[in-house]
Formats: sequence, structure tokens, C-alpha cells
Amino acid sequence: MAKILQRVRLVPNVHLLEVQAPEIARKCAPGQFVMVMPDERGERIPLTIADWDIEKGSITCVFLAVGTSTRKLALLQAGDEVPVFVGPLGKPSEMRNFGTVVCAGGCFGIAAIHPIARALKALGNRIITIVDVKARYLLYWEDKLRRVSDRFIVSTRDGAAGGTNEPHYIAAELNALIAAEPRIDRVVAIGCTYLMSASAEATRPHGIKTMVSLNPIMVDGTGMCGACRCTEGGKTRFACVDGPDFDGHAIDWAEVYARRKSYFDDEIRSLCAWEEKTFG
Amino acid sequence: MSEEKKIPAELKELLKAEFGLEWRRQLRQGLPVKDRMKIARHKMPERPAKERAKVFLEVNLGLDAAAAQEEARRCLDCANPTCVCGCPVGIDIPSFVKLIEKGEFEAAARKLKETNSLPAICGRVCPQETQCEEVCNLKKAAGTPVAIGNLERFAADWERSHGVVSLPTLPAPTRKKAAVIGAGPAGLTVAGDLAKKGHRVTIFEALHMSGGVLVYGIPEFRLPKAILKAEVDYLKRLGVEFKMNFVVGKTATLNDLRAEGFEAFFIGTGAGLPNFMKIPGENLVGVFSANEYLTRVNLMKGYDFPNYDTPVFLGRRAAVIGGGNVAMDSVRTAKRLGAERAVIVYRRSRVEMPARTEEVHHAEEEGIEFHLLTTPIRYIGDGHGGVKAMECQKMGLGEPDSSGRRRPIPIEGSEFIMDIDLVVVAIGQSPNPLISQAMPELKMGKWGNIDVNWETMATNIPGVYAGGDIIRGGATVILAMGDGRIAAAEMDKYLRR
Repeated sequence: MAKILQRVRLVPNVHLLEVQAPEIARKCAPGQFVMVMPDERGERIPLTIADWDIEKGSITCVFLAVGTSTRKLALLQAGDEVPVFVGPLGKPSEMRNFGTVVCAGGCFGIAAIHPIARALKALGNRIITIVDVKARYLLYWEDKLRRVSDRFIVSTRDGAAGGTNEPHYIAAELNALIAAEPRIDRVVAIGCTYLMSASAEATRPHGIKTMVSLNPIMVDGTGMCGACRCTEGGKTRFACVDGPDFDGHAIDWAEVYARRKSYFDDEIRSLCAWEEKTFG
Repeated sequence: MSEEKKIPAELKELLKAEFGLEWRRQLRQGLPVKDRMKIARHKMPERPAKERAKVFLEVNLGLDAAAAQEEARRCLDCANPTCVCGCPVGIDIPSFVKLIEKGEFEAAARKLKETNSLPAICGRVCPQETQCEEVCNLKKAAGTPVAIGNLERFAADWERSHGVVSLPTLPAPTRKKAAVIGAGPAGLTVAGDLAKKGHRVTIFEALHMSGGVLVYGIPEFRLPKAILKAEVDYLKRLGVEFKMNFVVGKTATLNDLRAEGFEAFFIGTGAGLPNFMKIPGENLVGVFSANEYLTRVNLMKGYDFPNYDTPVFLGRRAAVIGGGNVAMDSVRTAKRLGAERAVIVYRRSRVEMPARTEEVHHAEEEGIEFHLLTTPIRYIGDGHGGVKAMECQKMGLGEPDSSGRRRPIPIEGSEFIMDIDLVVVAIGQSPNPLISQAMPELKMGKWGNIDVNWETMATNIPGVYAGGDIIRGGATVILAMGDGRIAAAEMDKYLRR
């Protein structure tokens, strides 16, 4: 059992979960994830590690409340316990001085990109952060991200942050950056599949290495089941042990989209059953 | 990979001494051999096939006391009990069987537990027909061996259901710490043996439940989880500590554990890496590894979705690729989950199937179809990322290969399409690489297995031992337990050095 230290709603539907996990905090590195099971009857789901505190012995994750498991997590309070909180799993993100790195984050990925940007900044990279949100009020951790970024760009569909009223999209933002910046050495994108695939497509013609952090369905998270398999460069990989970071230009995105939807109907059925039971 | 099991001199002496005991002599004289040979083998009572194809309740129901005693009477109590040679853990089979004949069921269970920490499990999942029962002298003399496995199960079940599970007297604590990595059959065996020697044992397990393949792989209808829980509780009463949700190699390395005072280590992390065939369409939605399919059903209780949150893919036309026990477990699971057709697709013929005869037989009774000498060559998508059919090819059999089984040879022009909406790939597993990746100094074999000295189960790193599927690839529960017994004895010596 792992104890919840805090659970806060950051913006509508996006929650922060801080869990007591001193062993994981001592070991984790940017880019890794944990497997979490919200209760004894729950599903095991992967959550990207958004921050950690070795002294406090805690791990922080940020997630979008969307299905049964994340809705359950969103109801937890400080002092509650979860039966599974295991990690750090997956390979850490590749870290060195690349030069100029664009860190793109959307949804839960706004938090997940933070430790990566922070570590890359510490290695001397110039960091350009783009956060992609549907509307300005969905933006969180702006201060934290600004502190580790040389440039900070908000791309919103309502255009409110861009200084214009035009809707902004991640691909257009990246294209504008590529045109304006003298040099971009690498892009790291974390968020929904759309954000990651759109980022990879935007950089592909320019040959800018684009790393994505895949977030497929997993069961054990330790290489045992193969639920998370994806195709990179024509070869089957397990996101849990070979990733979660992959070269976005080598990924078969159609397959990623299809496999994420494997249990779409069941997920709705599960959520309806849980809502009925919990809220009547 | 493994060598022929020889009876150690110590065990030989023990068997001889037990054979000479007065009560054994009297029991032998009580019924002449020719009369013992006339008794027919007791059939294991089973839940009717029609009933069980819909439920996950255990298929085998177990012998009752009268039947068990009668079955035990069939044992000739030979002076040279060859059955013991067939047992990877060297159980004193004649002694426990004769205690059953005498009606001393509790003593029979205790006798089993002297050498086997998990008799209720072995009595259910061991392939006795190729081990102890294969070399039973009665089989040579009368054709059918003593039902040793069924008797083992009977004694262990009797002890549990009568609440008489007693703890052995533990020696004074040695204050030595041993770490067991992986709570599967090998690890549980090592933990039990070392705890009984007075050592402080901690099991580190990556999943949230103990048992390894016993909990995520073997279905409820073959091994009820309550039985496993009872065996794990027994280890807890012996003082074994369980640290769950802990991935050695990730949460902490073996060297971190060394710094915490652990001196001896056993790596029993199993063959948790599923093999795929690398044919087109294998990543389509609806194609699963047996590990994923069975884990969703067994560990995560997907058969009770949505009361449990983990869904499992319900196929109407399910095909399971492979001919081993895992394939049988998968196809029988698909049938129980409502598949109209549940089919085994296996590239060789019936005689080469590695599955236990009993499992194949149960599968047939439950209406499973067998497409033998057949292999899939590609999966066909429905245009939305899902699988809708597979192209198969018929096979012929050539000369025996390195496994001793006849090599399957594709027959040109024999391709045909089979409509399916669920595929479970059960063609074997490879050793789990998580620990070896975190320990580059660990010597590995060419199949990704950990290299050990087969006499001692020692790896190339002093104090570190390994056993079970991590050294063998996909093998059996009892072989893993046999490795565990050898390793535990060596680890005990190492801790006392």
C-alpha cells in the first residue's frame, strides 16, 4: 500500500497526485513512469512521473481524469492509500547537451515535460517550451516551466495567449519556430497521441529528431505481457521496457491510435457501471 | 537443458530406513502384492464438461478419503522406489502414500512438506505422468501407475480443510538475511526452505500478488487462487517477509539490497517475456500474448468485468496458437468467456504436443477444436486496426530436430483463411531481462537465460543463485521448485560460511 500525500485539481479534469514512495524517489530519472492501481478491484495503469522529492520521499504524477481508473484516482484524498504504486519503470529519457531543444507538452504532458526540460536545462541546453492547451484556463505549472525555459510559448485553441484571436495548433507553432529559430537540434513531445504524432509530422520534413513518450495500454509494465507493443522502424517494441521514449519519425502512428482504442467500448461500460455504483 | 535426477546417497539411506520401519512392514504384509495389483486406479472425479465450459470453478474435484486410501493400497511399497527418481524435489513418495493407506492423513501431509513446500499446488499442476508416475513400478507391472499426484493433492487438501496445518519447530534465528527475487514457485520454495533453517527471508515481488505464474498464468479452473493463498500464508507464518510492488533492478538494484545487509540472493524472476512469431498483422487489435490474455483474466480478474475494472477481449471465434499447457489454459479460458468457437492451431501433430494429456483431454471434452499440422502465416485486418481473419498453412512432418520432435515443414499451396476475431499467441516465453539489464556483470547464456552451475544453482557472482524459468526458459512449476530446493541448500551453506 502507498499513502497519498496530496491530491489537488490543477485545472478542470487535470489532477496532481503526490504519493509516498521513498524508494522510487531515490531511483527515478526524467522520462520514467509508475504503474498505479487505484483500488483492489482497479486496473493497473501507467502514469508518467512529473516530479519527485528525495528528502520527502515522494513521487508526483499529473493525470487527466477520463476513465474509471483516473476518475477513481481523482477522488482520493491525503491519507488514502493505493494498493499498487510501483516503479520507476521504463528507460529514462536520453540526456545530454544537444544544443537547442524544444519541449512540447499538452494535457498531463505539461507536467511530464517539466522534469525533462529541467534536466536538459541543467545540462546546458537552450530550452524552448511550448505548452499546448485547448483554452488559456487549462494552463498550469506556467511558473515552474518558465523557470527552466529560455523561451516559453503557449499554444491555445482560443488564441488568448498568442496575442491574437486566431486558434493555435502545435504543428503550426512548431513550423513557426523552425522558420524563426536559427537552429533546433531536438524536439521532445509528451501528451496525447495527437500532440505527439502532430509534432513528429511537423518536424519530419526538416529532419529534426523528435522524441515522443508513448503512453499505450499496459498491464504489468515490466515487459511481461506485450499489451504496450508498438512498431518503431518496422520492429515490434514494448513501450514499457524498450521505451517509453521513441523516435517519433519511426513510429507507426496508425497502429498506436488503433491499439489505444482496443477497449474503447469496455472502458465506457466500466465507467458507466462505476458511476452508477458510486453516485447512484 | 536439465540433467537426469539421481537420488542422493542421503535420501537413499532415508528411504531404506523408512522402508524398514515396523509399521511399513506390517502394512505390506496386510495385503499381498497380487491383491494390490488387482485394485483399479481411481479416476479423479471431475465437474461435468457441459457445466464447466461456462464457469471458472475447478475441474478436478479431488479424491475422498475412502478413495484415497484405496488408491494408496495399490502402491506396492517397493524396496527400490523408482518413483522418487522421477520427482525433481525428491519427495519420499512411499512414506506419504503409506501414511494415507494407514489413515494418517495429517502425518502424510507433514511428510510431504518435509521436502515440498507447496504440495497442494504440485498435486494439481505437476506433470506426474512424465515424472513420478512414469517410473512407478506398478506401471511396469500392471500398466497403470499409482495416482501419486492425486494422493499428494488429497493429503495437502485434507490438512488445509481440517485446519491442522502445523508449523515445524524453527531453529534459533541465524540473523542472516536472504533476498528472494520473484514470488513464483522457485522463489516460494527457496523462501520456505531458508526460513526453516532460521534465516531472515524477504521476497521481493514486482506484481501486487504472490505466486508468479501460479497467480497470473494458471487459471482458477486448474488451480484455485485460495489454495495458493493458503500456501503463501503458510510461508508468512514461517516468518517470510513479502515486499510487493518492488521491481529489483528498478526500485532497487541487487547491490542496493546488499548494502541493506542482504548476503545471499536468489533470482527467480521467470520467463516473463512473451514470444511472438513476427508475422504480418501480429500487432492488430485482438491479437494477444498468452501472458497478457491470462494475466487480464487471472491476476486482474477480468472474467468478472465490470465488477473488476480490467477488461478482457471477448472473442466469438478464438484461435490459440501453440500446443503447450499455456495454450490449453488460454483456449479453455476463451471458451469459458463465451467464445462460440475456440480453436487450437498447432504446427505439429497430437503426439508432439507438449501439453499434459489430461489438459488436452479436458479441452476436448469442453468442445475445443484442434487444427493440428497448421500454422498462421499472417493476420488480416478489418480496416479499423482490428483482426478479422488469419491465413494459415498446412504442415507436414520431417525428420526429428534438436528437440527430438519431428520438424514441421510447410506444404506449398495449402494456404487457407480462417475467420477469427481473437488470437492468443502461446508459443512460449523467454527469460525476463529486467534483472540482467541492471546487472551487466551477471553471466548470461545465449537464450537470455542466467547461466548457473547446475549442481549448485550458483551464478558467477558469489552469493547470488538463480533457478526456475530464468535459467531454463519456459519449463514447469516442479522443475522450478527443484532448482529452488538445491539453491536453498547451497544458500544455507553460503550464509553459514
